[in-house]
Amino acid sequence: MAAFFAGLFYLAAAVLVAGLAVRIRQYAGTPAPLKIPTTPAPTTRGGVAVRLVREVVLFESLFKATLWTWLFGWVFHAAMALVLLRHLRYFTEPVWGWVAFVQPFGVYAGFAMLAGLGGLWARRFLVDRVRYISTPSDHLMLALLVAIAASGLAMKYLAHTDVVAVKAFFLGLMTFQVRELPADPVLAVHLGLVAALMLVFPFSKLLHAPGLFFSPSRNQADDPRERRHLAEWAARLDAK
Amino acid sequence: MADVTAPKLREYPVPPAIQPDAMAGSMPYVATEKMQEAIGFPAKLVDDWHDKAIAKMGELVGKYRSLRVYLDACVHCGACTDKCHYFLGTGDPKNMPVARQELMRGVYRRHFTLPGKLFPKLVGARELTKEVLDDWYKYYNQCSECRRCSVFCPYGIDTAEVTMAAKEILDSVGYGQKYTNEIIGKVHKIGNNLGLPGPALEDTLLGLEEDTKEETGADVKFPLDVKGAEVLLITPSADFFAEPHVDSLIGYAKVFHAAGISWTLSSHASEAGNFGLFIGNYEQMRNIALRIREAALELGVKRIVVGECGHAWRVAYSFWNTLAGIGSGADDPFARMLQSQLDHRYRQPTHICELTWDLVQKGALVLDKEANDHRVITFHDSCNVARASRMGDEPGGQFEIPRALVRAVANKYVEMRPGTTHEATFCCGGGGGLLTDEILDLRVKGALPRMESLREVADRHGVNFMATICAICKAQFTKVLPYYGFNRSMVGGVHQLVSTAIRLGAKQ
Repeated sequence: MAAFFAGLFYLAAAVLVAGLAVRIRQYAGTPAPLKIPTTPAPTTRGGVAVRLVREVVLFESLFKATLWTWLFGWVFHAAMALVLLRHLRYFTEPVWGWVAFVQPFGVYAGFAMLAGLGGLWARRFLVDRVRYISTPSDHLMLALLVAIAASGLAMKYLAHTDVVAVKAFFLGLMTFQVRELPADPVLAVHLGLVAALMLVFPFSKLLHAPGLFFSPSRNQADDPRERRHLAEWAARLDAK
Repeated sequence: MADVTAPKLREYPVPPAIQPDAMAGSMPYVATEKMQEAIGFPAKLVDDWHDKAIAKMGELVGKYRSLRVYLDACVHCGACTDKCHYFLGTGDPKNMPVARQELMRGVYRRHFTLPGKLFPKLVGARELTKEVLDDWYKYYNQCSECRRCSVFCPYGIDTAEVTMAAKEILDSVGYGQKYTNEIIGKVHKIGNNLGLPGPALEDTLLGLEEDTKEETGADVKFPLDVKGAEVLLITPSADFFAEPHVDSLIGYAKVFHAAGISWTLSSHASEAGNFGLFIGNYEQMRNIALRIREAALELGVKRIVVGECGHAWRVAYSFWNTLAGIGSGADDPFARMLQSQLDHRYRQPTHICELTWDLVQKGALVLDKEANDHRVITFHDSCNVARASRMGDEPGGQFEIPRALVRAVANKYVEMRPGTTHEATFCCGGGGGLLTDEILDLRVKGALPRMESLREVADRHGVNFMATICAICKAQFTKVLPYYGFNRSMVGGVHQLVSTAIRLGAKQ
């Protein structure tokens, strides 16, 4: 089992990193020939950075759109961020001080994450407009995240696993050594699903994460009268 | 043609229940072979349209970062589902912005993504069949490219970018829309969207000089092709004779007259509108913009000012510098040629509202606000001005400056309900190349959200005039207001109000 998961995580990590790198290069390399910020927009690069931070941290546009979706979505993402930070303890020795500090919050965040996901999923059944646009993969993605959170919480509250051994396993992976992994079915489910999430990330709608930073309606400064903005393929037309 | 029916105005607007295929019968006329060929598109649907369309899509995702990112990033969160005026007015789920995007995204996934190739059903990927292509034609012609959805999308996905790409693909396989493509042909051939030739334009302007003389006693000029004038005015051709547009043109002329600014129109570039935007075609848009560059160079003007037109101001403000070097700050020879001629103490280009507001602030105009006392005024933000441009130096100037101007020339002003103005404004229902009568039913239904907020201020505050700064808004509202029980003359331009209030010759 240890060898299987070791291989799986090396593969998943490679696919995640390489896949995202390819995507990000593709986004960065595709020209944006016209100035299309959704206005009112900041007029400076610094202002754009602030706009993006507000979008990433507060989900500002979504807040303006739909309060319920914002609430569930924000709670889910913020909780997941805490949970991820909490999991850093499996990869660091000694555990960093602030990672130790967030441990108790990270546990509660697991429940908040489930609650947020539950709310988001409920909308896909209860709101006719959202039901209409939901694809099977939207449901599967939610199922995947719910199962990851639920199996994680199960190991905390129902069927403890040997976390010391789990930590030893991951520390080993980081130095390319395959150590023993507890033969625990809940743990196997948890790790397997996490690896699956990493594998689908670069090929799925999870690309909304890098996508936001490349969205011209959000990342462009509103200064077209002051500066001539010209893409390479468009500049060639001037030469004709 | 389907019956034209206006939905009932609701006191508490809530999103309608979805009614699949409610608007499946709505489609504008297809462009004729002549119109298509005149602007370099295939005359009719080509035999290998499927492969051509997929190839074009591949080309576009390589040329436009917006399209590539927007096709990937959507998570189907539903934030946009109740934001489109056409959805609110029709209930057709394919008018929800996400569903409209999905018509293309499904095909993109099938042909350009791994999961779409491996598990099409799972991720909603679809083959581009003739039915899907027809759906594209129908529903991308039910989007006015107003960008309201992009305000609310957590990733800023702008359905207008997808709609424009779809129209570009449809044109490239010979499935163009008559209204837009016929007009683009006219502007290339004659110089304006209405196909008004130079001599007719000259006659019209002389007539306006006489009318204005009669009204005011002042010799207000409407100059055409005057070399060495300071200002070149680029205005939508509807301003030359359509009602109520012409009243704003008279307003601009009075402002120039009162301020003593020499100005001219151009018969070569007698059109601010740029329908190249609506069909998402960079080259068409650029070629139309180049006419203005040519006119400015030929006439030797120092400033370029744009009249009341929403999408034209978007193109002028956001794209002219890119497309034709009309603006400031360029360092390449092509753009420097014009930019070294322009006077950069002024914003280039300048919106007519910016120009007039600057003059008002300097005290250069004599204004009799009481002359507008018979009007209780509200202001309709036009979508392209609100969400795709700016006026003045601060973000949001596109909202503040026209309002400040209205308040400077009139006493009675009322705002419509928050959430229906500023960046959340609702499209008039006729933008984006949809201002054509065979889809009047769609236009009437799409006007519903604006009509509801107008009804509210009309009932509560006696509003009897809705000012706006867009030729399409003016034409659209003139047509659809009666369907909602309003008088068609309720709509007019901001400079129509300026025209009423301004006193000529009474100054100094």
